[in-house]
Amino acid sequence: MNRITSTVLLRLALIGIIILAFTAGFAFAAGWLSPDRLGPADIVDSLQIHDGVHPGFRRAHAKGLCIEGTFLANGKGTALSKAQLFTPGDVPVIGRFSTGGGQPYAPDGRLVFHAIALSLTQANGEKWRMALDDTPIFLVATPLAFRDFQLATAPDPATGKPDPVRTADFLVHHPETRAFMDWIRDAPLPSSFANGTYYSINAFRFIDAAGETRHVRWSLVPETPFEALDKSTLANLPPDFLFEDVVQRLRQSPLRWHMMLTVAQPGDPVDDATKPWPADRPQVDVGTLTINRASAEENGPCRNITFDPLILPSGISPSDDPLLPARSGVYAVSLTRRDGEPVDPSAASKNPEIRRGAP
Amino acid sequence: MKPVVAQFPLALRLVHWLMAALVIAMLFIGIGMVSTVSEMRTWLIDLHKPLGILILCLAALRACLRLTGRTPPLPDDLPIWQKAAAHASHLVLYALMFALPLVGWTMLSAGGYPIALFGTFHLPPLGPVDPMLFAILRRAHTLLALLLFVTILAHLGAALFHAWIRRDGVFRSMVPWR
Repeated sequence: MNRITSTVLLRLALIGIIILAFTAGFAFAAGWLSPDRLGPADIVDSLQIHDGVHPGFRRAHAKGLCIEGTFLANGKGTALSKAQLFTPGDVPVIGRFSTGGGQPYAPDGRLVFHAIALSLTQANGEKWRMALDDTPIFLVATPLAFRDFQLATAPDPATGKPDPVRTADFLVHHPETRAFMDWIRDAPLPSSFANGTYYSINAFRFIDAAGETRHVRWSLVPETPFEALDKSTLANLPPDFLFEDVVQRLRQSPLRWHMMLTVAQPGDPVDDATKPWPADRPQVDVGTLTINRASAEENGPCRNITFDPLILPSGISPSDDPLLPARSGVYAVSLTRRDGEPVDPSAASKNPEIRRGAP
Repeated sequence: MKPVVAQFPLALRLVHWLMAALVIAMLFIGIGMVSTVSEMRTWLIDLHKPLGILILCLAALRACLRLTGRTPPLPDDLPIWQKAAAHASHLVLYALMFALPLVGWTMLSAGGYPIALFGTFHLPPLGPVDPMLFAILRRAHTLLALLLFVTILAHLGAALFHAWIRRDGVFRSMVPWR
């Protein structure tokens, strides 16, 4: 081989190595070389294993109802956040009531999350999206534990029921989940979407006009007096009773909640949604949420909204809670999957009472 | 007799290398941010959006420079298929430099996401809120990004082939120095 040919071959090899290096770096960035990297699609897959695939529906909180109203701020929130919507005045709200789980035809009479999701639009166009559950704590602290919980409690194909051994094994490794399980078992279940208290689940950073940052959790506390369901008779209730009930209430009068902000004190866990804050933390009532309309989801204004908790106005930022980026990513993947699928009305939307909407 | 090698105008050469760095960084950020639910995801996305708009602006500037400036011709002895491949790949690169930010912007609009760049500064939606459109554009954004990455690799390979194997002045026409 003469010298010119070997020099050319060497240079060709160098070009090949450079191209290969770029490709390998890209594959690494993409996670193709890291099968253990947990991506949002892995979590959505686990939800689909747990609840099946229901084309056109959200992969979690599949059964829902669109709602509309306003948030009227009283101005007290400006002490904690410079977000425009805390200044006195009202902003429009589009939201959604839902029950937990990924099955759009599941009956309402279950031991399950009641949830409210909201999208508040400030005058300057910024949005604040949130998805709240009626439990003050969440079942897991990390995205990986959430995925593992879905897989551990997925129905066994042979029996159609979760394998108690796998569930027990999960709880051995995740004692933090026991507190949630106990709460679901022991806490009284609200009789209506209207009289539930809803919690932000995660803490967020609130930044005031002076630039000072505090960790805050918030809740929506109903004006409607609390009534509990009899947990022993849940199975006898009509399948859509929660949704029918709230539509009927909204035909009579608007429903109201107070947004209560709770500020973390030193030592309070701000990155772990499984741990409650002490009950004596002072709360600030920053304004009133009024819901006055409801409409079935497939034509309602909430259908296309992703209630991504990281869509925040200036003045509110994410905390270091690892669940937050996961919620954001999982909701985006769920949106991509369901939006590409043909729509079949949910059980709630087929119910004529709910179709009529309110008012 | 050695041919006199013309270079691209200096402004175009500088924008080329700046965009090369930005676009490659952007491809790595983009494919990385959607692969994880870790805290990296949030800050990579916050970087991805303003960087995409910056690339769109630079692409517009670059297209103007390219259309108004003088372009050095490819060597006469370059095989016709390589000339055709060069022109076609440059067209694809320009098209994708515009398409990716525009698809991303329209996609977020269709998904009902606010297009937050920094602080309270938002871009207006670039299209209607439309679920089916979001699903299509979201997948298109990934596919076009993969196509861009592959085209950039081909471009890089060809550039180095000109620089080290053919040594015909084509690579020199784009280097930032004289």
